[in-house]
Formats: sequence, structure tokens, C-alpha cells
Amino acid sequence: MSWFPAPAIARRRTFGWVDLLVLLAVLLLLLGVVRLGSGMAAPLRTASHISLSPWSLPLYAGESLLRIVIAFVFSLVFAVAYGYAAAKTNLGRRLLVPLLDILQSVPVLGFLSATVAFFAGLFPGSTAGLEMASVFAIFTAQAWNMAFSFYHSEMTLPRDLQEASTVYRLGRWQRLWYLELPSSAISLILNSMMSFGGSWFFLAASENVTYAGRSYLLPGVGSYMAVAEQRGDAGAMVAAVLVMILLIVLVDQIFWRPVIAWSQRFKMEQTRAADEPTSFVLMILQRSMLVEMLERRVLRPTLEGALRALSRPPRPAQVRRLGRGALGSAGGLLAVALLAWAAFSGAHLLHGIGGAQVLHVLWLGILTLLRVAAAVLLGALWTVPVGVYIGLSPRVSGWAQPVAQIAASFPANMLFPVVVALLLRMDTGLDIGAIPLMMLGTQWYILFNVMAGTMAIPSDLKEAARVFGVRGGLRWRQLILPAIFPSLVTGGVTAAGGAWNASIVAEVVGWGGHLLVAQGVGAYITLATAHGHFGDILLGIAVMSVLVVAMNRLVWRPLYRLAETKYHLD
Amino acid sequence: MIHPFRKGANAISEPLITLRGVHKLYEMPGGGTGTVLEDIDLEVREGEILAVLGPSGSGKSTLLRIIAGLTQPSRGSVRYRAGVVGHGVALVFQSFALFPWMTVQENVEIGLRAQGLAPKERERKALQVIDMIGLDGFEGAYPKELSGGMRQRVGFARSLVVDPDVLLMDEPFSALDVLTAENLRRDLLDLWLERRIPTKAVIIVTHSIEEAVYLADRAVILSRDPARIAAQVPITLPHWREREDPRFVQLVDQIYGLLTRREAVPAHASNRRVQTVPPVRSGALSGLLELLEDQDEKVDLYRLGEELSLDVEDLLPIVEAAELLGFAKVAEGDIELTQEGRDFAEASLLRRKEIFRDQALNRCPGLENMVRVLGQKSNGRMNREFFVDVLERSVGPEEAERQVDTLIDWGRYGEMFAYDTESRQLYLESVVEEQESAPTD
Repeated sequence: MSWFPAPAIARRRTFGWVDLLVLLAVLLLLLGVVRLGSGMAAPLRTASHISLSPWSLPLYAGESLLRIVIAFVFSLVFAVAYGYAAAKTNLGRRLLVPLLDILQSVPVLGFLSATVAFFAGLFPGSTAGLEMASVFAIFTAQAWNMAFSFYHSEMTLPRDLQEASTVYRLGRWQRLWYLELPSSAISLILNSMMSFGGSWFFLAASENVTYAGRSYLLPGVGSYMAVAEQRGDAGAMVAAVLVMILLIVLVDQIFWRPVIAWSQRFKMEQTRAADEPTSFVLMILQRSMLVEMLERRVLRPTLEGALRALSRPPRPAQVRRLGRGALGSAGGLLAVALLAWAAFSGAHLLHGIGGAQVLHVLWLGILTLLRVAAAVLLGALWTVPVGVYIGLSPRVSGWAQPVAQIAASFPANMLFPVVVALLLRMDTGLDIGAIPLMMLGTQWYILFNVMAGTMAIPSDLKEAARVFGVRGGLRWRQLILPAIFPSLVTGGVTAAGGAWNASIVAEVVGWGGHLLVAQGVGAYITLATAHGHFGDILLGIAVMSVLVVAMNRLVWRPLYRLAETKYHLD
Repeated sequence: MIHPFRKGANAISEPLITLRGVHKLYEMPGGGTGTVLEDIDLEVREGEILAVLGPSGSGKSTLLRIIAGLTQPSRGSVRYRAGVVGHGVALVFQSFALFPWMTVQENVEIGLRAQGLAPKERERKALQVIDMIGLDGFEGAYPKELSGGMRQRVGFARSLVVDPDVLLMDEPFSALDVLTAENLRRDLLDLWLERRIPTKAVIIVTHSIEEAVYLADRAVILSRDPARIAAQVPITLPHWREREDPRFVQLVDQIYGLLTRREAVPAHASNRRVQTVPPVRSGALSGLLELLEDQDEKVDLYRLGEELSLDVEDLLPIVEAAELLGFAKVAEGDIELTQEGRDFAEASLLRRKEIFRDQALNRCPGLENMVRVLGQKSNGRMNREFFVDVLERSVGPEEAERQVDTLIDWGRYGEMFAYDTESRQLYLESVVEEQESAPTD
């Protein structure tokens, strides 16, 4: 499979301006990575080391980007390995899949501070530990749904292509490369993009962490914003927000758009779609002789050689399954040992926590639950009409969709102190004020899902409604709401997940020397972290996870089922 | 007679592939097993094209997949003649099964890649086959840029490039339009007759009797539920065969008769405790009966299928349903309306429902049973799952769902009961109405 099959004319091209451009970009990239990478093991910095000069912003942005990219590479490798193991081994199906389900529900932000302490302890006096903690936090925000996506693709491989791979005797690695990765590419890339967008929030949070009375700072846009807020430098704050938006847009244009356009080749349909996504950057790459030569002379032969060497063809009629042999039992033992260790150390940490405290934290959890519910419902209240309006008008949706996506990616926590300042002026406490803070980051998920759902309403249904004079409230009840219901549920689930995570940073916010605290399990976790109380952190996270899982089972799953059966449009 | 070109010492030597007592069972979730294939004995000899025919769901494809080594028989053995194992078999798919992200040439090369051939050698062989099969100039195209016929040519090229001893084909022409299919069939037969491919035998699964008679040296006919070999018909007409040839027509009729024959249930086939109904909607059934009424004489089933451009697979279930309900009789490939069938076809819409109800309750125990169960309940309601569960024990979960779907359709049409999709309940309208009005008295 060629990765960049150039059109026949391009194959005879000589070195041209496109190649110069590509070469320049590659050199710049290398230079940047080296420059930023060397800073990753620098001595620890405090707030005073963060320069608010706008000229240092691009450098900070680069460092933030590098972190998120490194985490993404880990996430990608992890997703494929985990999904593969989960799909191909008996143990995987029984253990790894439910485990993933739980991992997905754990509010990762709750662990952030604790992991920072752990990694910082590994490299005392150096930022290397903090960098690792940050990368790890971003990884935990990205990896799970990517792994799920790959697992799902593995389980739904087209049967005929699987049979063809067996009949023509592809080895395990060849199968992975020629069948399984391409089949999963589109969904994996879409999920990657969502994960990547969602993880800016965690990046911003992980650059500025307080643990056991100490404040840790990593140079980046997130910490720049935090310091600017501390010093009340409005100009720097605006600059940081602008740079952040620019960064999101650039990553989208230079990376995701080409990747999405390129991934269209992995569509299963045997017909050509009328409007496939296109990308200018991808076109440049495909027209570049340099890239083509690299692909044909270096990449492809190396890869094929490796695949051949790795793959001894299996005997026909017998697709061997991983995990039957020693590898499987070793993995099983390891998993059991890990679980035992986790249970033991968890029990040790929770020792001394009484029933009254558990009940108290549960009560806090319910308060946060109410906040999450309010954030989702209030979010839906304005996003549904607006999303439907945008979705019904192709002219508006053309520009509104990308804007909503950027808004969803934007790390809302960077703006929290600004909103808190407003709240203070309006004399609203954080008990209520935390709700708009949660909404700030999560309502966009509902908005763009509603938009997508509205745009997907088949035009014959809309026409039928018009012909029979279905208007106003009747139109909403009988056409629009049922049609967007599945997207609304998807948006709601995502928003609720985001809101739970946000509660950890939204229920305790500092502004101008004040510390505002809301009653809730998010605040409980944050405060426990600030004091370094491990047992309390664990208790808080456990309560929150239980509530998240319970909500998923009791509310979202039935709604999903309803969406899939009754309100399914095909 | 085996085809003259290939006749010789090989014809009487050991068969290429020998199947002995092959069974394929599947486990049903409620315990117990179902049978897909039962006691298949089959020999594939060198130099022959073998056609496998059977009603839909008869396990033709399963048989082919067992030979391809994609699935193992539950019992019995598959033996390949020494030297045939290895790269010996190739499979052409009904759905083509091309990798959409690979070009034509990359698709063709996939089997060679797996063999670990050097790129130069791979390209040489691939281009040679691409040339032979008529795909010249399309090497760099992606499957989605090709028409169905061209795609299946890629499927053939991909199979032939590995020089298989046995070429397996799973309904290779049935996803193509008539002209394209004919074109491809002729090209394939040409390659085979001219011995331009080293393939020693071809097995083709098909539901088209004509295709079988046109291509094959022997037709194997499978029965349904479970599939056993019902008959083997040698086809000795010399190539190229003419469809108008009376011998050709006679063979087609003979095979049609064999396929539509309702076997007297043999004593040992007792693992089926309930009578099943063919999955046919009432609308299709009415359509067939009206059509037969217009023709008023006996009608040749094969001709009927032609006229309606329906495959045996599609037509047979409707015919079976008509027979089951006593609306039609089938004998030796001809179908004829009974008196009830005639009455039905002539009646008004409402009267039809009555006739249908009478026939169905008399002749379809499953339906009669449903109505009785509903009648015994004081509220006249019963969950759908109840009936599915009952059937599941004898026919497996998927078939049970299908059976209940069909029975519900028939019951609704004959106004024997109603069904509420939301609550998934069957109910007697009369009882429910009574109850709704009763409490207010």
C-alpha cells in the first residue's frame, strides 16, 4: 500500500518549489523539537521565571504543543496495542474491555496532582519529572477512547476481507498493516482528533499544579495565562488567549485537515463520494518529489522487509490467536499482580477513613452531580435551538461548525479566573458559579453534535413535513427533536464527562488573592491534593468514579439504546 | 465424461480433494446444537468444474469455506491430494472482497506478498495476470474507480496469480448485471478451456441453474435443513454450450425439479421438532397467487422465475409458503393453484384476510399455537420473547427471530392478533378492547 501515491504526471517531476517548501518545513520542525526538547530537563522554575513578554509566547506555545504531541504519540501506540490485545485474546475480552470502560469514567484530572508528586520525586530539582507528569496527564485524557475505537474496529472488520487475508495467507503483522490498521484508520483518526482537541484542557491544567502546599509550573501557554492572571496583566491574558486559538487553528489546518483528507482512501464504500475533504497541505506533500522518493526508496522497502521478516505465514485454516501461550498467561499474572497491588495500597491509604467521612464525600458527590446535570441541561437549553438553526442553514453552518469545534477545543480552564472576576462582581458564590464554569468548556460538545445531527436530517423528511404543513411546535416535536435525539445523547454524554472533569478545577478557583471554594467532590479532591492527603484524594476519586459509572449505566445507556432503536435514521 | 482436454490418466487417479462424512454444527445459546451440513461425501477430481447448488441457507458457502480451510468441519475429514495443500486454493468472493485502500496491482499482489516474493518478481507475475484477465491500464486504479465487472476481474486476477490448484468461487457473478456476468463467465471459461491457467479444478457455488449447466461438468445439489447432498448431476454437453439446445433446457428443468422437490422427511432427520415457515411476507404471497391466477394453467417454476427475474433463492420461499398454506401445489417443477388459492386470488381484500386466516390456522401449527396461547391469557397479551424462546430451542436464536417475525406478519395480515412494536407484545384486539371498556361499567 503506498502512502503517498503520486499521480502519474507527478512521478516524473523534478525538484521544485514544493520540495523546497517541504524541506524547509522539515528543517524548521527538527530545529524546533531540538530547541524545545533541550528545555525539558531544565532546573525547576517558579512563577517568577515565567516571562510575560509577548515575544516569549510563541516559544511557550511550542513547548505546550510538543508536550501534547509526545503524549499523542504514546496514546496512539497504546491505543493500537491495547485495542489489539483486547480484541485478540480471551483474557483481553474478559478483562481489558471492562477495565477500559472504568478507566474512561475515572476523572483523570483528580490524579493529576498526585502523579505530579510522583514524577517530580523521580527527578528532584529538574523539570523532567514535571514534564513526564504533564505528558502522562494528557495521555490519560487522550488514550481511552482511541483504544476503544481501535478495539471496536478490530471487532467489526469486514468478514470478507478477513477471509481474503486468511485465504491469501497474510502473516499477523501483514494482516495488521494491510487489513486492520487501514480498516480502523478513519474512526481512529476521528477519535484522535477529538482526543487531541479535548486534551488542551488537561495541558493547561497540568502546566500549573499545586500539590502539598507547593506550586509547580511548567513553561507553556497554560502557565503563561496563569501567571498573567496572578499579576492581573490583562494585555498578556488577551495575548495568551489569542495564541491559544491560533495554535488550535494551526494544528487543525496543518495537521488534522491533511490527515483527514488523506484518510479518505480508507473508506469502506466502493463508490466515490461527491464531496471528499481536501487539504492544501496534503496536496503539497503528494506533489513533492522529495516525499515521493522517500516513500518509494526508503519507507516502503523498509516496511515491507520488516513485515516479511516478522510474518511467518500461519498455516491455512488456522488463524492463531495470541494469548493462548506463555505470553497470555504472563500478561494475566501481571494484570492480577497489578490489581492486587492497587487494591492493597488503596486499602492502606484509605485506612482510618470512617463511615461518616464516606457519607460526607458521597453527599459532596451528589452536589457535584447536580451541578453537572445543571451544566448539561442549561447547555442544551441554548445549544439545541441555536444548533438546529445553524444546522438548517447551510450558509451559517459553513463557518459556524469550525468555530464550534475550536470553542470545544479551547481549554476553558484558562478563562476561569476571568469568569470568576465577573461572578464576584455580580456577588454570586462559587456554589452556583461553578455551573457556568463547567458550561464554559462543555456546552460546545452539545452544540456541534446538535448541528451535525440537524444537518443529517434527510431532506425528504424535511420536505414531507413542509408538504403536510407541519410547522412550529409540531415540527419540533415530530421531526426535529426525534431526528437529532441520537446526536443530542452523544453530545450530552461527552458534555457530562467533560463537566465531571471540570468540577475538579471549577469548584476551587483563585482570583486576586481570594480562594473561592464550592461544596462538592471536585473541590474536595482539589483541596485534599493541595494538602497532600492521599487517602482523601483516593476517596474523592472513587466516589466520583462510582457516580460517573452509575450515571452512565442508569441514564446514558438507556438513552443510547432508545436512540439506537427508536430514533435511528438510516 | 470429464472435459476432453483434461481427460486422461489424471481423471482416474486420486481425487484432488476428498470430503468424507463432513458435518458442520453450530452451538445454540440455549444449549444444543444446530446442523449446517450433514454427512457430506464429495470428491473433486482433476480437470473438472464442479457446481454446488442449493436453496438459500443450505450451507453452500459453508461447504466452500470448509474446502478453503477458512473453517473446520465439526466432524469428518477433508483430504487434499499431496501437493495440493499450501498455496493450493484460492477464493473468489461474491462481494469481491477487494481492499479499498489498495490499487488494482496491490490487490493482485497481496497473495504474493504473503509468500514473501521479491518486489520485482511480484510485479512481473502480477502484471502478467492483469494483462491476461483484461485489466491492462487499470493497474494504478483503486477499486472504487472500477465498475463491478472490472472489480471481479481483479478478484479473479488476485486468485489466479498465486497459481492455485483449486479455484473456489462463491457466487462470483451474482453481484453483477446480466451482460457483465455473461462476459466474465465466457472469459473465464475461455481461459480454462484454452488451458492458459494451471488450475486443476474449479468449484463454483451458485444459485443460478443456468450458470451451473453452462459452466460445470457436474452439479452437486444440496438439500435444506440440514444440507445433505440430495443429488449429483453429471453435465456432459460439450463446450461451448447453447442455452437453446434442448438438452441444455432439459438439464435445467431436471435440476429445477430436484431443487424444488419437497423431500419426504426421512426418519433420521428428527432433530427438527417444529415445523418452520419460510420467511415470506403476506404481500409477496398475495402477489404470487394473483399472478398464478392470471395464468390459470400449470406454470413452469423456472419460467416463472425468469419472467419475474427472481432467483430460485428468492422465488422458492414464496412457493413454499403458498404450498404450506395450501394455496398451491408443486409437482415436477410446475406450480398450480388449488381451489383455495383460486378463491383467495379472486376475493376482495377483506374476504382474502378471512380465507388466509382459515388456511393459516388449519395448516400452520405455529400460528395456531400463538392464537391459542393468547386466548388462554386473561388479558389476551403475550410477550414476543416467549414465542422466540420456545422456537429458539429447536431452530437457534437467529432463525427463531425470523420465524416469529414471519408469523407476526401473517397473524397481523389475517387479523388473528395485533402486535405492539414498542412493548414487543402480541395481543388479541377483541380481549383488550373489552377490558378497556369493562372497568367503567
